[in-house]
Amino acid sequence: MNTSPMPGLTTQISIRKFDFYYGKYHALRNINLDVYSRKITSFIGPSGCGKSTLLRTLNRMYDLYPDQRAVGEILLDGRNILDRGVSVNELRAKVGMVFQKPTPFPMSIYENIAFGVRLHEQLSRVEMDDRVEWALRKAALWEEAKDKLQYSGMSLSGGQQQRLCIARGIAVKPEVLLLDEPTSALDPISTMRIEELLNELKEDFTIVIVTHNMQQAARVSDFTAYMYLGELIEFGITDEVFVKPKMKATEDYITGRFG
Amino acid sequence: MSSTRQGRLGDWVFFNLTRFFALFVLLMLGGTVASLVHGAWPAIERFGWGFLWSGEWNPPMERFGALIPIYGTLATSLIALIIAVPVSFGIAIFLTEMAPVWLKRPLGIAIELLAGVPSIVYGMWGLLVFSPVFANYAQPMLAATLGKLPVIGELFSGPALGIGILSAGVVLAIMTIPFIASVMRDVFDVTPPMLKESAYGLGATTWEVVWHVVLPYTKVGVIGGVMLGLGRALGETMAVTFLIGNMNVFGGFSLFLPGNSIASALANEFAEADSPIYAASLIELGLILFFITFVVLSLSKLLLMQLSRQSGRET
Repeated sequence: MNTSPMPGLTTQISIRKFDFYYGKYHALRNINLDVYSRKITSFIGPSGCGKSTLLRTLNRMYDLYPDQRAVGEILLDGRNILDRGVSVNELRAKVGMVFQKPTPFPMSIYENIAFGVRLHEQLSRVEMDDRVEWALRKAALWEEAKDKLQYSGMSLSGGQQQRLCIARGIAVKPEVLLLDEPTSALDPISTMRIEELLNELKEDFTIVIVTHNMQQAARVSDFTAYMYLGELIEFGITDEVFVKPKMKATEDYITGRFG
Repeated sequence: MSSTRQGRLGDWVFFNLTRFFALFVLLMLGGTVASLVHGAWPAIERFGWGFLWSGEWNPPMERFGALIPIYGTLATSLIALIIAVPVSFGIAIFLTEMAPVWLKRPLGIAIELLAGVPSIVYGMWGLLVFSPVFANYAQPMLAATLGKLPVIGELFSGPALGIGILSAGVVLAIMTIPFIASVMRDVFDVTPPMLKESAYGLGATTWEVVWHVVLPYTKVGVIGGVMLGLGRALGETMAVTFLIGNMNVFGGFSLFLPGNSIASALANEFAEADSPIYAASLIELGLILFFITFVVLSLSKLLLMQLSRQSGRET
């Protein structure tokens, strides 16, 4: 990890001169951004600004779609993850992801978590039991789920399902956790629980969250990046971005004058 | 007021009309069974349960048993499924997960066109083109390889005739692949992209995503597709008639030997069924085929219940 311009912080991911294309459409232009270790960084901006696109390049999810293309540099642990030689499967073990809607796999709660772990590690039955419990505790779901580990993941409520997805993501012990509008399908109480959870998780993981809810960005994140039309307009400490934004465009957006 | 009353009358008519249609299905089913039993009654009375396991089919002596056609029907359908299910699965995975966009549509359309080819065409192609090639190349090769194995060797021994149980099974497989593959492709396609991305996001490979996530998610549709194929294989008449050899004598367990299937026996022999007991025996064959299909459907329901228990209890 590099030392960063911000004192006391280490850079987990640094994005340099990054461009992204959907076919011929130029979706992201010259993005330069540092994501700091064990902090929560949020990407905000109006729909279509490219915040989800940027998030999805951090674990190379765009690889699944042949007409999507990334150019530039994204350094994780000093390696450019866009290089051809990088194993996507290993990268995704280091960079987990949670989606807009809960996506439990069609299997039991236990298996939902064990599935991802088995892809990367050979664990004994006892070790796996411990790992499942650890992940569920981290995701604040253990108390609710411990008596029904063999039940289908679909039997949980929406908020519980989303915490299951977070547990599934952290069970692999990644360094970075990407969240793509993780509370957009949840009620306010479930949303609050997830936000509290993120605050605890940042002790162990670097978290990047995309949200269209500016209050959420203000509440949970340490750093905020404001994006507009495929460009990074402003990036800085959340409090500064929200209280005294440097750019007029950012101020217009966060004060609700537009977007 | 009057418009509400009219609306209510419309509802009443619609409700009863649709109920009539739905009940009509039950009526048809009952009628089919009843008329089959009625037509088969002389044979049921005369041969009893022995009809099911007697291998004798002797029209001049008026002695009939269903074992050979039952065996032929089940064996050819089983062979067809053993070949068609993995191949269709592969086709469906390739089409949904791996094929480049420009190839998806033409391949998908080709498979749908194959499903529309009339079975008589498969039968003629099977007899005139496939069977000589099968006899000259495939059968000697199978006899030299699988035929040497201890237990299953028996299945791949004997004369390479090009027609017989195995040939009929292979052509049935070719006929059922388009059905199973297109159903599998359709159900794989409706798997939410986000669910697949979640599995990819954990670092799973395409195979792991398909096997552990897509397949369990779509199991009902997949089994439905397999059953559709099996239904087609069990009842397929023309193509099997061309290829199975229509022999009502049991010569051994070799799959190279000719045999007979229920549907093919019915198609071939109805015209020459001169005595009432002969006709009744053929109708009883039809009843048995009906029953086999029913059992297969029930088994698939049981399988689905078993699978849903494995995937974790619901509540």
